[in-house]
Amino acid sequence: MSGHSNYEPKTGIERWLDTRLPVVRLAYDSMIDFPTPKNLNYWWTFGGILAVCLGIQLVTGIVLAMHYVPHVDHAFASVERIMRDVNYGWLIRYMHANGASMFFIAVYIHMFRGLYYGSYKAPREVLWILGCVIYLLMMATAFMGYVLPWGQMSFHGAVVITNLFGALPVVGEAITTWLWGGFAVDNPTLNRFFSLHFLLPFMIAGVVGLHIWALHVPGNNNPTGVNVKSKEDTVPFHPYYTVKDGFAIVVFLILFATFVFYNPNALGHADNYIPGNPLVTPAHIVPEWYFLPFYAILRAVPDKLGGVILMFGAIAVLFVLPWLDTSKVRSMRYRPTAKLYFFIFLLACLVLGYCGGQLPDNHVIPGLSTFKLGDADLNSMVWLSRVATLYYFAYFLVVLPVLGLTETPLPLPESISEPVLSHPANAPAGAAASPEKRG
Amino acid sequence: MLRKGIALAALGLAILAAPAAQAAGGALPPKHVEFSFEGPFGKFDQAELQRGYKVYREVCSACHSMNLMYFRNLGQKGGPFYDAKYKNPNDNPYVKSIAKDYQIKDIDSETGDVIERPGTSADKFPSPFPNEAAARASNGGALPPDLSVMAKARHHGPQYIYSLLTGYKNPPAGLKVGVGQHYNPYMNGDVSAAWSGPHDKVPPGGFIAMAPPLAAGQVTFDDGTKSTLDQQAKDVAAFIAWASEPKMEERKAFGMAAMIYLFIFAGLLYASYRKIWKNVAH
Repeated sequence: MSGHSNYEPKTGIERWLDTRLPVVRLAYDSMIDFPTPKNLNYWWTFGGILAVCLGIQLVTGIVLAMHYVPHVDHAFASVERIMRDVNYGWLIRYMHANGASMFFIAVYIHMFRGLYYGSYKAPREVLWILGCVIYLLMMATAFMGYVLPWGQMSFHGAVVITNLFGALPVVGEAITTWLWGGFAVDNPTLNRFFSLHFLLPFMIAGVVGLHIWALHVPGNNNPTGVNVKSKEDTVPFHPYYTVKDGFAIVVFLILFATFVFYNPNALGHADNYIPGNPLVTPAHIVPEWYFLPFYAILRAVPDKLGGVILMFGAIAVLFVLPWLDTSKVRSMRYRPTAKLYFFIFLLACLVLGYCGGQLPDNHVIPGLSTFKLGDADLNSMVWLSRVATLYYFAYFLVVLPVLGLTETPLPLPESISEPVLSHPANAPAGAAASPEKRG
Repeated sequence: MLRKGIALAALGLAILAAPAAQAAGGALPPKHVEFSFEGPFGKFDQAELQRGYKVYREVCSACHSMNLMYFRNLGQKGGPFYDAKYKNPNDNPYVKSIAKDYQIKDIDSETGDVIERPGTSADKFPSPFPNEAAARASNGGALPPDLSVMAKARHHGPQYIYSLLTGYKNPPAGLKVGVGQHYNPYMNGDVSAAWSGPHDKVPPGGFIAMAPPLAAGQVTFDDGTKSTLDQQAKDVAAFIAWASEPKMEERKAFGMAAMIYLFIFAGLLYASYRKIWKNVAH
């Protein structure tokens, strides 16, 4: 896609095509010959895994859409009919439903990998931002897809999420009515969600194309975060990474298959097998697991508008991350202090996910009664969410900007090949190229 | 690196499991009962499904619909009356004779009059009530839920159904049970408003409008199995589990083949990976 191309058309047809539409050249340069750092670890295989996830969702989704009926009176039964009467419909539907969860597991690992190894830093800012766009589109797609079976969680989840827009001053009510296509979540809402749920994955596929394009201009980051210096540092993508990614993809598919075949409903909520009923509200409305951290942030704020702003802010902050982190050292391997804060950040995200699945008033430590602080007991999920939310934002807005200016990173290796040949711990002290000096 | 990855994955899975574990509310956790269809090799026990269907037909179906079920389902592969001789379940004589026992509302295609005709294998299980209002009117205002996917619509569905059916108890002293209500410690709900005892000793469970539906000897099993309350509850729970997931056996069998394929494929890829990378320091 960029740089020098080593493609040589071998047959007459290839030569003819190459002068008209160099599509074979494009494929060769990006998937065969593409020089890739030779030290990528298994955390780098999730890009390929995500491509497979998207492919699975598209193929199963298109088949499901052939059988699904987007109508409030028929949607629930049509989904069950797919699982009972359509040939291998149970397989297609369970792959699609669990595929969404697998997609998010992979995307979260992919994102945390990017955060740890500084893959968002120059010259990969656009690559990172495109990734954030994909993530945002994925969340919208997943949310609308969860509404389609029109079970109790579908319906009431749709009510809760669309009502969030009602918190906006002045225009809130108008926007909500516009989203609903009426004055409540009803058939028009389901119809437009189905339409958009079909559209957005193709938009994701388009942005994925840009994401890969933006990857192939600067090339891959790598676990050392040091730029590729010579041909010694790289291997051609094929066969080295096709086989490594291929292995990781198949291992991931084993995890995927475990859910699809042996526990297909473990990641869903039992209430979604009760047909949606506007007159009966479930005892606890919980979103799918991958939204729980954001749900916890939403509920951590006593004010509805404030909660909505913080929840969207939690995603918005990712877009400006490349300019918040002041450190020029990419990989946290060489930033011991930042590494510590990173793992606390990871923990804060997991804690938020846990809190999102609990009732806000539940005790964190069972049986321990403490005093009331503000509007809630100190020993409650709501206060734990607040602490974790505070850390979530502090990590981006305080830790990363300040740490880059104050910390002393470890010496960086001369090149990718150096720590490959001798482990960094054994490297001679004089070998480092003064990475402490910031540009 | 890999060790860290496994630890993270385990932590992630623990977080995933958390919301499911929390949602049970104030009810007792379901009783532990083992079913033949659990585990990766589990299969439905056809005799149990036949007994369970009989319990449903003679007891449950008086109030509970199963709107997603057709008579033909009873004769499909893995179903209670599956017979390898009849690949097309619509031809299964058992299924045909069961369907014929029901009168199905239809329209006479010649005259357009509303008529009743004997059921066929292609008909749905008829609903006990013509509409929701009629169902509520006959049940003191409560709506008996459809049972088609009940085993998927509750946590630990089959165990829950068994526990609910066998778990009716006399309310403890201090618990005021309303007219037409029954106390059941396995029912989701909150009885604290009706409780006059100490605040920290609110009994578990909730109120349910359904009176205890099963009793010993209520259904006579054709295979001579002793008709205890326990047996009936277990069999009907198995039947509802099958109705909720009629393709479960097919799913697990397919899964085994898929797993063997994936493991072999992963092994081959790993071997190729080692061979290709052999001479690259990384």
